[in-house]
Amino acid sequence: MSATGIGAAVRRKEDQRFVTGKGHYTDDVSRPGQCHAYFLRSPHAHAKIKNIDSEAAAAMPGVLAVLTGADLAADKIGNLICGWMITSKDGSQMKMAPHPAIAHGKANYVGDPVAVVVAETLPQAKDAAEKVKVDYDLLPALCDPAKAQDQGAPQIHEVAPRNTIYQWHLGDAKAVEAAFKTARHVTKLDFINNRLVPNAIEPRAAIGEYDAGSESLTLWNTTQNPHVARLVMSAFVGLAPEHKLRVIAPDVGGGFGSKIFIYPEEVVCLWAARKIGRPIKWVAERSEAFLTDAHGRDHVTHAEMAFDPDGKVTGLRVKTVANLGAYMSTFSSSVPTYLYGTLLSGQYEIPAIYCEVDAVYTNTVPVDAYRGAGRPEATFVVERLIEVGGRQMGVDPADLRQKNFIKTFPHQTPVIMIYDAGDYHASLKKALELADYAGLAKRKRESVRHDKLRGIGFSTYIEACGIAPSQAVGSLGCGVGLWESAEVRVNPTGTVEVLTGCHQHGQGHETTFAQVVSERLGIPLENVSVVHGDTDKVQFGMGTYGSRSGAVGISAIVKALDKIEAKAKKVAAHMLEAAEGDIVFEDGKFTVAGTDKSAAWGEVALNAYIAHKFAGQELEPGLKEGAFYDPTNFTFPAGCHICEVEVDPQTGESEIVAWTAVDDFGTVVNPMIVEGQVHGGIAQGVGQALLEGAIYDKDGQLVTGSLMDYCMPRAQDLPALKVEMTKTAAPSNPLGIKGCGEAGAIAAPVAVINAITDAIGTEDLPMPATPQAVWRALQKANDRRTAA
Amino acid sequence: MTAVALTVNGKAVTGDVDPRTLLVQFLRENLRLTGTHVGCDTSQCGACVVHVNGKAIKSCTVFVWQIEGANITTIEGLAEPNGPLHPMQEAFREHHGLQCGYCTPGMIMTAIDMVNRKGHELDDPTIRHELEGNLCRCTGYHNIVKAIAAGAKAMKGHVQVQS
Ligand code: FES
Ligand code: FES
Repeated sequence: MSATGIGAAVRRKEDQRFVTGKGHYTDDVSRPGQCHAYFLRSPHAHAKIKNIDSEAAAAMPGVLAVLTGADLAADKIGNLICGWMITSKDGSQMKMAPHPAIAHGKANYVGDPVAVVVAETLPQAKDAAEKVKVDYDLLPALCDPAKAQDQGAPQIHEVAPRNTIYQWHLGDAKAVEAAFKTARHVTKLDFINNRLVPNAIEPRAAIGEYDAGSESLTLWNTTQNPHVARLVMSAFVGLAPEHKLRVIAPDVGGGFGSKIFIYPEEVVCLWAARKIGRPIKWVAERSEAFLTDAHGRDHVTHAEMAFDPDGKVTGLRVKTVANLGAYMSTFSSSVPTYLYGTLLSGQYEIPAIYCEVDAVYTNTVPVDAYRGAGRPEATFVVERLIEVGGRQMGVDPADLRQKNFIKTFPHQTPVIMIYDAGDYHASLKKALELADYAGLAKRKRESVRHDKLRGIGFSTYIEACGIAPSQAVGSLGCGVGLWESAEVRVNPTGTVEVLTGCHQHGQGHETTFAQVVSERLGIPLENVSVVHGDTDKVQFGMGTYGSRSGAVGISAIVKALDKIEAKAKKVAAHMLEAAEGDIVFEDGKFTVAGTDKSAAWGEVALNAYIAHKFAGQELEPGLKEGAFYDPTNFTFPAGCHICEVEVDPQTGESEIVAWTAVDDFGTVVNPMIVEGQVHGGIAQGVGQALLEGAIYDKDGQLVTGSLMDYCMPRAQDLPALKVEMTKTAAPSNPLGIKGCGEAGAIAAPVAVINAITDAIGTEDLPMPATPQAVWRALQKANDRRTAA
Repeated sequence: MTAVALTVNGKAVTGDVDPRTLLVQFLRENLRLTGTHVGCDTSQCGACVVHVNGKAIKSCTVFVWQIEGANITTIEGLAEPNGPLHPMQEAFREHHGLQCGYCTPGMIMTAIDMVNRKGHELDDPTIRHELEGNLCRCTGYHNIVKAIAAGAKAMKGHVQVQS
């Protein structure tokens, strides 16, 4: 390992600009002649739009245009789409309702845009928006996914009777039934995986600009995947042909999934920019973000696990209703299906699994992937059942897990996945030691002495990252391929630009990707720059989400580097007048094997461009190579998180007193960055378990619509975190990388709930486990005990 | 319109602004000092923290006319353009106290204020308590807390530049 190569905790290259306030986020961009958009949004969850009178608004000072869904339709701007086709168990296709960028005829959630006002200044646009008169006919609202399919429930979209988008299933129902028939013990649980608001600290923003000379559009946008945004806005929404649309994603202030999707506002900014002939900027306010960013989770689940007399799991059945909100967001359909059902085997050898998922529409903001996306929900099901099962059978939860671990690889689960590598014992063992599991009984006694209840909770989670190969995801309904591209451009002076289709919004790719290149080519880190986030620079790419950038994005870079090395050796062979096969490349130097003849990296780069040592016919000048990399399998990061809590039974308050994480991410390029990713994921998972929950009232108003009502984790809510790793390399990519971005958020929620329920001695506890929820659970358990 | 005059990062600046203009808007839009960020509309996130007359203030909560004549330091004013970083900036970089960087300017300005008020030896509970008004969605705070503790120590003897 070199000081800056793979495995080194290199300090981040991008930080210089961020710590000095020199980052360039979308809202920092200001275009000449720019005007401002303000969206008028439906205050009602479900209402017919009878009439929109914008005359008075249009006459207000500074107003350039007031545009509605009718204008959008008149200009034949297409609908937003969901790009993953799910087929129901009866063979029918999912029911995708039209999703216009501005509601037309009917508004379907509070926050659905009904008009946009474009004015010289933002205050002028806001003032004018107050003068737009919208005549609504109120309809009954539906917010509870559990009631969406009821007879007589409000009907949201014509295409989806009983608000049902699909009824999907996976696994073998008969085998599961047989397993349950012969089970010694069955654990049954009902739970709600609470609805979350992603809340990246940078709100979404868009600037649309039209250049009449080149008849092309440019969008600056807070997006995690500029190329996919361009593809959808071109091919489906029809804003401009792909080659006439440029999407730039500059520095992006966190995404966590919420910035993957193609949203109405960017469509409107582009469309209106052309109409008005001026650049148009829109920046979400936080309250607008609450109302319009795709939310996460929101599952209602019943699950059962069957055990044999030895405590071996023999079967698992799961029935989930997934709330997808008012419209189908870009990847929403895949989250409660192929990112959920396929992970239900956890780290365990479970012979039979059957999972049914009904996805429904409700009058709430669309729900889509949020850090972990389906995998935290699956982990919650499996890890809650095994923990409670252990408690019910009187078996130590760590022992029960060990007994059921998958021990040999590759392992085919009953739910599609083939796990290719892992060592679940190793991570559990290490975590038990670090968490001093042996000393728990003593710590519990100490807690009792100061009137507290102490509990411990495990989460031996698995996830699937780097979702690929494209052929496999295609066969499951995905509308795109999930490979990644890279281009390595060597300059005549030997410095290098790496162009990647991934996008960074906190992950530190500018550093980690450069580490890989620097090590391989033997050049200093500062001689490598990573270029991303601009469709005019990078040819194509699939963006960053699903912890894919390491496993897929870096692999593409490695493939391009292979080609660079091959070409550079040819150049060196000409320079050194040797046979190509005799050239050895090591530590940035080309040597003729067995001689002292050599050429430095910089000399070879220069020679590739001046081309004085070879004729163009024998070797093309230049040193630039591209690669598209499609992995052979998903990767399967896994590990063990242990959460220890102390609960005050008087107040219901839970304090996390210790957190131990041992994760297997395969090869780690930069451990400092990887640990940071784990910290952030855990914080979001703890937020879900203890603090966060989006709540709609019965009329469809989001009552947790600001940072004052929706509780985000603060520094005080979290302990210092013990984060360690084990390693089994991923066989499906050249460096053996598995991916680390979501692990914390996947593992954490259930670890917390397992810990609190251990402390309070009752399993009936909802998320978020606020002091009130914990206190109530304790009272309920007391009442039950007194009644018994 | 209202005329305002302030000192920002050591330079005298003036402006003619709509009375509704918040300090953060004045900094970002009039002066193009875009290092100060806006993350919310309810004074919760702290992405907008700057120093007004040496004290940390959420710049989204004051109208610029309210602080007429004040001395403002923003993230851009902590270090000389080509000089070394401020010790707190350096500590955030060294301890990986940032990921997306969006909360970072506010965090650093809050951290320096914390040191000014509480001294150079800051323990974990103090730092966590003091960060009540700053949200970070990326880091889980672990490394921010480490960075602030280290930055606080490194600030001993540091003299603030007035660029
Ligand atoms: S923008 Fe000032 S506190 Fe959020
Ligand atoms: S680093 Fe992204 S919000 Fe703090």
